[in-house]
Formats: sequence, C-alpha cells, structure tokens
Amino acid sequence: MFGDFDINFVIFGVMPYVALTIFLVGSIVRYERDPFTWKSSSSQLLRRKQLIWGSILFHVGILTVFFGHLVGLFTPVWVLDAIGIPYALKQWMAVLIGGPAGIAALIGSTMLIHRRLVDPRIRVTSTFPDILIMVLIWLQLAIGLLTITQTLQHMDGSEMVRFMTWSQSVVSWNINAWVTVVDVHWLYKLHIFLGLIITALFPFTRLVHIWSGFAAPFRYLLTRPGYQIVRSRRHRPLEERRRAYDKVQAKRGPTATTPAE
Amino acid sequence: MRVRAQIGKVLNLDKCIGCHTCSVTCKNVWTTREGVEYAWFNNVETKPGTGYPTDWENQKRWNGGWTRSASGKLHPKQGSKWRILANIFANPSMPEIDDYYEPFDFDYDHLKSAPDMTAFPTARPRSKITGERMEKIEKGPNWEEILGGEFSKRSADYNFEDVQKEIYGEYENTFMMYLPRLCEHCLNPTCSASCPSGAIYKREEDGIVLIDQEKCRGWRMCISGCPYKKVYYNWDTGKSEKCTFCYPRIESGQPTVCSETCVGRIRYLGVILYDADKIEAAASAERETDLYGAQLDVFLDPNDPEVIAAARRDGVPEDWIEAAKVSPVWKMAMDWKVAFPLHPEYRTLPMVWYIPPLSPIQNAAQAGQIAMSDQMPDVRSLRIPVKYLANMLTAGDEEPIVHALERMSAMRLYMRALSVDGVRDEAIAARVGMSGRVIEDMYKIMAIADYEDRFAIPTAHREQNEHGADIRGGCGFTDGNGCSTGEAGKTTLFGGKKKKFALPQETF
Repeated sequence: MFGDFDINFVIFGVMPYVALTIFLVGSIVRYERDPFTWKSSSSQLLRRKQLIWGSILFHVGILTVFFGHLVGLFTPVWVLDAIGIPYALKQWMAVLIGGPAGIAALIGSTMLIHRRLVDPRIRVTSTFPDILIMVLIWLQLAIGLLTITQTLQHMDGSEMVRFMTWSQSVVSWNINAWVTVVDVHWLYKLHIFLGLIITALFPFTRLVHIWSGFAAPFRYLLTRPGYQIVRSRRHRPLEERRRAYDKVQAKRGPTATTPAE
Repeated sequence: MRVRAQIGKVLNLDKCIGCHTCSVTCKNVWTTREGVEYAWFNNVETKPGTGYPTDWENQKRWNGGWTRSASGKLHPKQGSKWRILANIFANPSMPEIDDYYEPFDFDYDHLKSAPDMTAFPTARPRSKITGERMEKIEKGPNWEEILGGEFSKRSADYNFEDVQKEIYGEYENTFMMYLPRLCEHCLNPTCSASCPSGAIYKREEDGIVLIDQEKCRGWRMCISGCPYKKVYYNWDTGKSEKCTFCYPRIESGQPTVCSETCVGRIRYLGVILYDADKIEAAASAERETDLYGAQLDVFLDPNDPEVIAAARRDGVPEDWIEAAKVSPVWKMAMDWKVAFPLHPEYRTLPMVWYIPPLSPIQNAAQAGQIAMSDQMPDVRSLRIPVKYLANMLTAGDEEPIVHALERMSAMRLYMRALSVDGVRDEAIAARVGMSGRVIEDMYKIMAIADYEDRFAIPTAHREQNEHGADIRGGCGFTDGNGCSTGEAGKTTLFGGKKKKFALPQETF
C-alpha cells in the first residue's frame, strides 16, 4: 500500500487541506470562544524605537506580497489569455513588484525581530508563539526572495503557471493537484511548505489580527455612519418606545407617566 | 429633541486637599493587575505642572480631541477615518510608557534578608515590566507633587498660554492647586470616534463610556484620540482600558469609588438630561470660547414640562427625571454657573466638570490697597491668575470664571455675615445676581456637602435593560475568559493567560 508513497503527495496534495481546515476552523473557534485573546498584541507602548519604521516597512511590504500572491496565484490562466497578458509580462511584474516589497518586508521584520529579542522590555513580554511566528515569517520572506534567483532563469512564466495551476487545483478539489509541482526547484517547495505551516499556526498566534485588519476598513468606513457609537441595553429601540408612549397618551383616562418599556 | 440622561460629575477644586485617596482607592479596585500598573484611571495633579502623562494637555504634540475644518465639520485631530486607518501599523501620536512612567516596585525583601553589611540595607527600585534594577526613577504618577521640580520644567504647563508666567516662578508669587482627573465620559468622545473596531461606546441609559474588551483589537487609536490621555493600553492583555465610572456601583445607586472615598467631599454625582440631537452642532461651535456656552445649551431643564414630556416619551425612567430635578450637578453647572468643563476647546463636550478654586489675595503687603468693591475682594487679584483657570476651564474666556469666583466669595461673605453677625445680607447676594435663599442652598451643597446632597444617583432599570434568562448562569465581572476556571498551564491554546475565577469567600 505504501509502495508508491510520495512525500510530495503529503505536502502538496494533503497538507493544504489540513492547513486550511485548521486555519478556518481554528479562527472561527477562537473568535467565537475566546474573543478576549483576539488582538494585534502591539508593543508600541513599551518601546517606540525601531517599531515605527520596522512595523511600517514590514506591514506595507508583506501586504503587497500577500495580495500579489493572492491575485497572481488565483487568477485563472484563461483570464490572462482572454485579456491578453503574456505570461512573461506577468512574471516580470511579479518580480518587479514582489521583489522590492519582499525586501522592504524583510528589512522591517529584521528590525522587529531584533527589537523583540534584544530590547529587555519587549523580550520579557513576548510569548513563545510571538517569537516563533516572527522567525518563521522572516525565514519565509528570505526563502521567497531567494526563489527569485531561480525565477530569473525562466522568465517566460512557465514555472509561474505551474504554481497557478497547483493553487487553483487545490481550491477546486482536484486531488491530482500535487503532480504539477513535483519537479520544481526545492526552494519553491520549501517556500510552499513553510507557507502551509504558517497557515496552520495562524489561529494560535497573534496573526489572527490580520482578519480584523482586513475587516476594520469596512467596518469603520462603510458600516459606521458617523464617528460615534451609542449602545442601548433597552429592549425596545427609541422609535418603538416613542410609539408605545404616544399610544398610551392617546387613550382616555389617567395618562401613564412612564412609557411602557 | 432626543432626550437622554447621563450621570454627570462635578469636582469642587476649591476644597480639594490633594490627599490622593480617590486615586488610591480607584487603583486598588481597578488597576492593580499586571499590564496596568502604570495606569491611573483617577489621578491627582499639582498645577501648575505638566501632569501625567507629561504634557498631556499639549494637543499640538499628542493630537488628541477634535479639529474643526474650514467647512465647519469635525474630525479627530489625529486625522479623519482614512488617516487613522493609515496609521494602524504604527501610531505616530501615541505616548510611550516612559511618558507616563515605568512602573516600579522596591526590593522590600532585601531589608530583612540582606547579609551582614557595613552599610544599612536599602530597598532599591525594580522595574515592574522587565524585573530589572532601575538605577534612577525619573518619573512617577505624581511627579510634581506640591510643586516638585524646577519651575522651568513645570511652567511648560499649557494653561500658562497668554500668561506672563515668569513672575509665578518667584517665591512670593507662586501659586498651586490640585487637579484630580478621570475619564470625562464625554458627549462627543474622540476615543470612541477613533476606534476602527467600534469597541468603544457610550451607554444610552447613563452616558458611561466603556471599552468592549472582546471587541478591542489593540489598534491603539483611542489612546492618542483621547485628549485627556485617560485611555490606557494594557501591555499584558493587549487591550485598552479606561475608567468605567464604576458602572456596577452606579447601576445600583452607589457613587463611584473615587467619589465615595473623597475625604474632602469635593465630588458630586447627579443626573443631567441632554438633547442628543444638539451634540454635533454644539461641538462644532465656531469659536473655542463658545464651546462652554454651547454645551450648556445641550443640557435640558428637568423642571421644564416640555422636557419632562419628551423625556418620558424617549423612555427616560420616572425616577431619573426626579433625580435630575435634585441633581447637584445641574445646580452647580446650570443654576449657579460655578462649574465648568475641563478644556472645552478639545470639543469633546466632557461631562466631568470643575469648580475653580478661590485663592488668597495675590500680595498681602498690598492687601490694604486692593480693590475691595463693597468688602468683596476683586477676584482678578487672587493668587491664582484668572487667565490660568480660564485656559483650563473655558478655553481662555475669563468672564465666566470671574463670575463664578465672585459668587463663591459672595457665598463666604454672606455666610460670614449670617453666622457672625446674624444678618441675612441680601445686598451681598444681589451683587452677584443671587438671592440669600439660593446662597444658603449653595452653602449647604458646596460647603457642608452632606452625602445625600452630593449624590443623587437613581438605580439602573434592570427590568428595562436585561433579560433575566440571558444572564442566568453568567459569571459577573471577570477579566477575559468568561467563567473559565482553567488552572493547568500558564496559557490557553489561543495564547490568553489562564486566570483563576475566584468567588468571594468568607474569611472570618
């Protein structure tokens, strides 16, 4: 049964589903069961130094890279063909946008890791997952940047299309997806493997704040009309209370002094 | 008209003795936990001074409060919604813990466990964050106590604007007063406006501003948004915390801990009815000196039948309307006009108000020559410059402050005549536009300040506010993790600290 066992199948065929399941279910469970722990865990109060530059470089860089991966990997190949974007052009865009963004993120995360490990205040208030996830992300960024050396050797975009096919096959439940990436360079494989590890660790670290970071603009700009929030604990909203009061007042006989709540 | 009720507060600075009982009792109840050792929901500052956190009043530096744009619209001074979101990775206006102070404790144990030494053992300070030795404590929650430190540093005080401050550095001309501070529970809070998560809210029933600990994500915009710097970041939980106005006590009709324990009896709590529809216009008043008056216009007269009818219609409970009629806060702010909002120019419409302090006549040697109009000293020649108080309480407008100080000195004069000479001198009262009867009421509430006169707090209407079935089996006030009693291990799967849920036990 295990005669034709292939580790590639486990990592690129099975692990994506395991990681994504942990990521989604874990996030939901944490949000639902332990919302008090759902936070960005900012350490800006304790030390401003190195945070302002480090955090901005890191976040802007990694968000660019993240959306680059998201759009780049999950845009169906036929859409590229339909719009008429040559694969080589897309590959160049990926290198030219992703490269600098990745470098910015790497510089930022280096500053943040240094600060976290060296500054006594930040060091003692860090938890193990805080440090672990930072180191993993730093490695992931470094490996990602190293893969550019391989990518530059085939700028026709052929390798890129294989990764697109793989990711799109994974999310469309194609069990043979793993076959497409079996013989790519090991740097790419390591990058994917580490990415899946980070995905699986996501719900158990401070990374959950990414969900909130994406939600915040929508909530703040779109669903909140003005600036202020007033919460009422009363059973009935104001309009209903007013109607009830007016109804009672309209009746004959002694008028009620308190509105029916 | 949209009538809402708020439990407002007045602090009579004329009677504050700076004993810090309010701060200490508050701390013992609310902020003795790790992560908020540095936070004082209530603190008492000596003025003139730069306060805690240092220079908090200087909004050019901290960008707290609101700004009125040329078009007359308000947006937080730290930026409108887009700007706030753009600063989410690193907040440029947020103070560092060193702007408050690095929390510390002393090595008390060393006093008894030290080996035989030639020198007497001392208890040296140690950081409560890192646990490391601190060679020198450079700041504390009350660093300028009783004018501690050089005048050159203390005189950076923002309230010295437009005051020739140099002379107050001289021994003969120096002055001081205390300023106890807590969250203002504003009608137009910038903290809640700045929160991208929508975790900070004002309660409709009693106006208390709270932070939903389960919705707070630690984006830290409230800390820079609040111009009073009364929202604190808990570095342990990663959430913001602030004065809760002791809402569990208020809900059951008890005064807040700081008010209850105030030995000077300077704190007053009472209901204020206000028109929620007028808030925006009032906060957007064009001139900063108009803001005090604009806020008075937001308040509604609880004796006006129209207001009463509207309040009933909007669901303000009957006992709250009755409480509003006897509210000491209403009397001092509206009837007598002796209480003022702290820094109205921040446009937050604060709801903790202050009665300015009287002070001795500036120069005793000149006492004989000082303008005594009909035995009343000219309040402009008091030791604490009126301009200084005005900068603090009315955005620099001296008239209302002079008016209040005159009424307070008239009260002294009238009561002196009454108790020493046995004469009810209506002339004194008339000079400040009052009657003897009103002055006697003012004396009863402001000077005698019986418990019943200081606090008129109606209880919350639980029958309107909560469904019994929903809270059945709840665990009351806990820190985070609901009723979890988890004890094994230090942290939970999701990184939260396991906290033991302790039920109160009988100890005798």
